[in-house]
Amino acid sequence: MNAQPDLTEAHHSGALASASINPSAHRLSQLDVLESEAIHIIREVVAELERPVLLFSGGKDSVVVLHLAAKAFWPGKVPFPLLHVDTGHNFPEVIAFRDETVERLGLRLEVARVQDYIDDGRLHERADGTRNPLQTLPLLDAIAAGRHDAVFGGARRDEDKARAKERILSLRDEFGQWDPRNQRPELWNLYNGRHTVGQHVRAFPISNWTELNVWRYIEREGIVLPPLYYAHEREVYRRDGMWRSVGPVSAPRGTETVEKRTVRYRTVGDMSCTGAVDSDAASVAAVVREITVSTITERGATRADDRISEAAMEDRKKDGYF
Amino acid sequence: MEQTPIHPLADGAQGTLFRFATAGSVDDGKSTLVGRLLHDSKAILADQLDTVTRTSIERGFGGASGGIDFALLTDGLRAEREQGITIDVAYRYFATDRRSFILADCPGHVQYTRNMVTGATTADAVIMLIDGRKGVLEQTRRHLSVVKLLRVPHIVIAVNKIDLLDYDEAAFSSVAAAVRAVTDELALGAVHVIPVSALAGDNVVGRSANTPWYTGPSLLELLETLPGADEVDRAVEDFRLPVQLVVRPQGAVAVATDAAHAFRDYRAYAGQVASGSVRVGDAVTVTPGGASTVVTGIDFAGQDLDQAIAPQSVSLRLRDELDIARGAVIGAAGTLPAPVRDLTADLFWLDPQPLNPGARVLVKFGTSTVQALLSTVTGRLNLDTLSLETASSLDVNDIGQVTVHLAAALPVETYAENRRSGAFLVIHPQDGATLAAGIVTVAGVPA
Repeated sequence: MNAQPDLTEAHHSGALASASINPSAHRLSQLDVLESEAIHIIREVVAELERPVLLFSGGKDSVVVLHLAAKAFWPGKVPFPLLHVDTGHNFPEVIAFRDETVERLGLRLEVARVQDYIDDGRLHERADGTRNPLQTLPLLDAIAAGRHDAVFGGARRDEDKARAKERILSLRDEFGQWDPRNQRPELWNLYNGRHTVGQHVRAFPISNWTELNVWRYIEREGIVLPPLYYAHEREVYRRDGMWRSVGPVSAPRGTETVEKRTVRYRTVGDMSCTGAVDSDAASVAAVVREITVSTITERGATRADDRISEAAMEDRKKDGYF
Repeated sequence: MEQTPIHPLADGAQGTLFRFATAGSVDDGKSTLVGRLLHDSKAILADQLDTVTRTSIERGFGGASGGIDFALLTDGLRAEREQGITIDVAYRYFATDRRSFILADCPGHVQYTRNMVTGATTADAVIMLIDGRKGVLEQTRRHLSVVKLLRVPHIVIAVNKIDLLDYDEAAFSSVAAAVRAVTDELALGAVHVIPVSALAGDNVVGRSANTPWYTGPSLLELLETLPGADEVDRAVEDFRLPVQLVVRPQGAVAVATDAAHAFRDYRAYAGQVASGSVRVGDAVTVTPGGASTVVTGIDFAGQDLDQAIAPQSVSLRLRDELDIARGAVIGAAGTLPAPVRDLTADLFWLDPQPLNPGARVLVKFGTSTVQALLSTVTGRLNLDTLSLETASSLDVNDIGQVTVHLAAALPVETYAENRRSGAFLVIHPQDGATLAAGIVTVAGVPA
């Protein structure tokens, strides 16, 4: 099911989706339960907060959250804008996908550019060249400028041990900081998005989804992703045990040699620190098969920035990262 | 060590979702049990295992024997690893061919009530760990009391360290009898008691040859087959849907323009089915107002459903144009209680600041948030005896009985009748902090 171009027209693939909803059996599949939970969370945030925004990178998790939002408000439009924190180190096909999606759904896209901050000296390029940690300041400025009191993200608890402890609705202070030792208890399905002036809430509707759930859902719903999630030929070189793409911000050094390989990306982030994996999974079904036998987590396989230390993600989140 | 993975490629895709919480103290071997479940169900991937193994060796755990400190798998925060304690509930995910699991790992020793309540409110089952050598402790009773109050559908007692009891049937039987004495006293109904060794893997994933006298299922087999809370509740609870928002796109439709006109007058009430089920054609009542109408359509993002069941998120179309906004509750005709402004509740007080009678707060029931006065504290629950003691205030981690006066009437039910309609949050009106979890024990002024 790759031929489903429109997020909001999921009803056209209704025959596929409704097969999984069989009320007479009185048991909902895990995807149905996770989907309903996510839609409930998205609707709660929209109902209780004033100016939500969805962090949208064109990565699979944010695409899934957008799809869920489209279903939550059908036949109405998604009632909030999208925000992309652009590191300037993007895969061009992801930016193209982002812009097409925004255009098709008639949504508004806000872009916060790390490059602008580097150009005027508010941020400095890191020695290792990665710009993931530099996203925090532009993100917080964009949240303040848009007066957003709720920020949806596609983070999942199975990605990382720090994320495993974060609430679905996570309160952040005026510096965007997460205080893991002072989190609100989250009880039943009653979400509390109350906050004071200057604070905002990060909302993670797919907290309880695993990587495999996300792919199963993409398969079931016929959701279109940027092409680099599927096997393709690419010029790459080996660094830190991953295949890095050759591009303007990512070039081989020293003894690293460039070769042409069939690869795909399991995560899509800053091009300077996201690696590809050897794969011949060219379709959603093939990706699902590949993940079920994978012995390595998606972040372990493809994110150099999370290898810095066991607490890399926690440290970034405490500083206001998503 | 039992190393055989049972379901190497499992993703439970066709199966249901089952949420369970683990309770017990570190010394009971809870982290080891969690690690064992994740490890033996192949939920721990190579890179995670590498990291944990490396850290285990750095800390001198296991050493050359290759032992792994399983606690490192769930203790994700820097402070937790540095201090060797578990601070907060951690969520872990794994699957077998039959089912997918969400495990809420609740630390037992710090703020246990807060963590237990957080884990137990969404759990289909709670696994209570007991050190087989120590038997039932005061903490076991307390945990069981919390589980009882929160109506967790299934309770599983894992009597751990059975290897250290030389797999002795009589030793297990005496612990099991002591457990049953407590659960009978608390009127907990059926509980499952399993002899396990988390360290050696006995009866965790597969049935152990070391306990031939035990004929029941392994822990994982049990978790794979217990019915979920929704299935249990759906059979006995009436249909309820708290309205989250009204979907009324008018001009702003997202569908293709040639179909847009069809939605010009579209109006539906979006929400998650909190309990029971509803069919097209069913008669329903709406509060506030108490108007009766009929469900003319159930929409799910363009699909027309004949029926919706808990916990599906849907949009209901109704026959009559009624004044319905967020906070309204749609229920099966004739089953919604009359709205009340007074109620008695048990509060699990979770805030460091104590509750003093007369506090003005916000309470959130379903999709309604209203002001409330916590008029009087009528007692504090003694968790050891489940009896009410005299108290005039509540401290953090206390469970107390409180009378509540609402600023607006709501169709609340007792928690015993309906877990969703009888549960609420207590919220600080200024800073928005979640102060307490509440469950209604009496709706209306007590007779």
